[in-house]
Amino acid sequence: MSWRDLFRRGFAWRWAMYLFLALAMSFFLMPVYMMLVTALKEPIAINLDTAWQLPRTWNWASFEEAWISFLPKLKNSFVLTITASAASAIMGSLNGYVLAKWPFPGSRTLFAFMLFGMFIPYQAILIPLFGFIKGIGLYGSIWGLVLVHTVYGLPITTLIFRNYYMEIPDALVEASCIDGAGFFQIYRHVVFPLSLPGFVVVVIWQFTQIWNEFLFAVTLSNPSSQPITVALAQLAGGEAVKWNLPMAGALLAALPTLLVYAVFGRFFIRGLLAGSVKG
Amino acid sequence: MRWQRRNRAIGFVVLLPSILLLAIFVYSFIGRTVYASFTDWGKDPAQALALKPVLRFVGLDNYRELATGVIDGRFRQDMVSTVFFTLFFVGGCLLLGLLLAILIDQKPKGEGAFRSIFLFPFSLSLVVTGTIWRWLLQPSGGVNRLPTLVGLPAGKFAWLTSRQQVWRFDWNALPMGAALLAGAALGVAAFLAFRAGRTRRGWIASVGSAALLGWALAAGRAWAPLDWPELHGFNLAFVGIVIAAIWQMSGYTMALYLAGLRGIPEELREAAVVDGASSWQLYARIILPLMTPITLSAMIILGHISLKIFDLVFAMAGPDNAHTDVPALLMYITTFRGNQFAKGAAIGVILLLLVALIILPYLRIQLRKEVHE
Repeated sequence: MSWRDLFRRGFAWRWAMYLFLALAMSFFLMPVYMMLVTALKEPIAINLDTAWQLPRTWNWASFEEAWISFLPKLKNSFVLTITASAASAIMGSLNGYVLAKWPFPGSRTLFAFMLFGMFIPYQAILIPLFGFIKGIGLYGSIWGLVLVHTVYGLPITTLIFRNYYMEIPDALVEASCIDGAGFFQIYRHVVFPLSLPGFVVVVIWQFTQIWNEFLFAVTLSNPSSQPITVALAQLAGGEAVKWNLPMAGALLAALPTLLVYAVFGRFFIRGLLAGSVKG
Repeated sequence: MRWQRRNRAIGFVVLLPSILLLAIFVYSFIGRTVYASFTDWGKDPAQALALKPVLRFVGLDNYRELATGVIDGRFRQDMVSTVFFTLFFVGGCLLLGLLLAILIDQKPKGEGAFRSIFLFPFSLSLVVTGTIWRWLLQPSGGVNRLPTLVGLPAGKFAWLTSRQQVWRFDWNALPMGAALLAGAALGVAAFLAFRAGRTRRGWIASVGSAALLGWALAAGRAWAPLDWPELHGFNLAFVGIVIAAIWQMSGYTMALYLAGLRGIPEELREAAVVDGASSWQLYARIILPLMTPITLSAMIILGHISLKIFDLVFAMAGPDNAHTDVPALLMYITTFRGNQFAKGAAIGVILLLLVALIILPYLRIQLRKEVHE
């Protein structure tokens, strides 16, 4: 008898389990259903009494409309997310290599100080950051946001790569040293080729975080450099809004990270575990 | 060896740009925020937006105003709101997350599908979540209409537009209340220390506890920060935001617990069953105690997310809704709408202190654990 049979054996237990799982599933999917049916209704057909009903006529025009008005914002988000994810991943990989394989006196303390940057409430640095970005002429430019996300992404990317490289046996590195390989040669020929899963985890994590971020975006962008989250918040926050458009926009804003989650789910989970349960 | 020393030196140089960037963007910026919070930046509208504002050093005035000023009652309510929000959000995520993890760990049919469905909200932006839930929580639609689908009367709760406040207390009772609570906590700590045989620690804790309790009972009542009564409590408008936040983050908690459950060796469970443990005993006596470190980690991670929550509230209730305000949002409004930079900086520093209070011990433990392994 397996321990699971204890739980499974009872008929009532099993039904209670499936009932609860089904309830939980409807709780988690309810907003998705609501988003889809609202986005697919004619604006005139949306009213609170019939909010749960399926649309009488399926209207795809809201997606087209949202797509047209959001396209520049989506582009901003893609440029921002891809460059900042790549930059912070590459720097994080090098940092992780140093911290895992070439620790110098005090590097552990430095690492702890770096990590703290990942937890701070950004409200505590927002005012000087705003002044700084303005001062170097990047306020309202997407590159200001790229810089900010790269820098504040460094702690988590460094952490994930460091823990990942700890698993690479030191003997491998030492052997290459004895063969006469230098610092960068070891990185290129030994460490980097083993890093692909690490890069996938880090890039997925950063992609999701940066795509979804709102505080920096709303503080440092202007209408022409706005990422999608800011545009969506503005669209949905307006008064007397018809809800088909915000719902269609919400789906557009959600799709890229949802796709990443659907395709790379396993790596996604590894990233979120790395961000919390260390060691 | 020589190559070792050389490579360590190169390593330091490679690390240097990141160190410098974080030194500037994290530590020097924190320093400048702290400095700004000690000035009157923004008091004089003419200076507020000047390129080189003339700032006067005012010491702790901004903090004093936040704690006791007439116009800063909103901040005090926000602090109370954050505490309530954190309690319900963290508690809800832990409960639901643990329950889902235990059920999924039974390997029901469709296990993978359930897991993906419970976790997908975590990949969404809080702005997306907020937008959808804002529509779901319209007082005469959405969730309130759900009962009508099975023939029951529609719900009446006003959700985000609710103006009700429960569990109200006078801000003036806070020093006494805090001292009583801290005294009681130290008392428990003392008891635990004595039981563990750490007498010195136990005595220190008992003396601290006695001092706090004594002060609270003797002088606490007389020490009121305000000259007027000021009631704060839990705004029911937050209920909907808590639900949306749990919707977003309980899957994450589930994933944390699931990783922990998967790490418990099968033999251990088999052994318990062979020894005659019921499934209830198996969980209550063996598995849950093993989950304690994960619960602690999850509490800390969720707790600091909760203190920083900004986008969800912004998207669900708008930035200017005093009934659903939190300090993270008030800091933004105060600074970038009101141009009260010094006061905004002070709120930012208070947030930082709160987060540091829970994160620093956590970082210490995590990093120390690694050394011992």
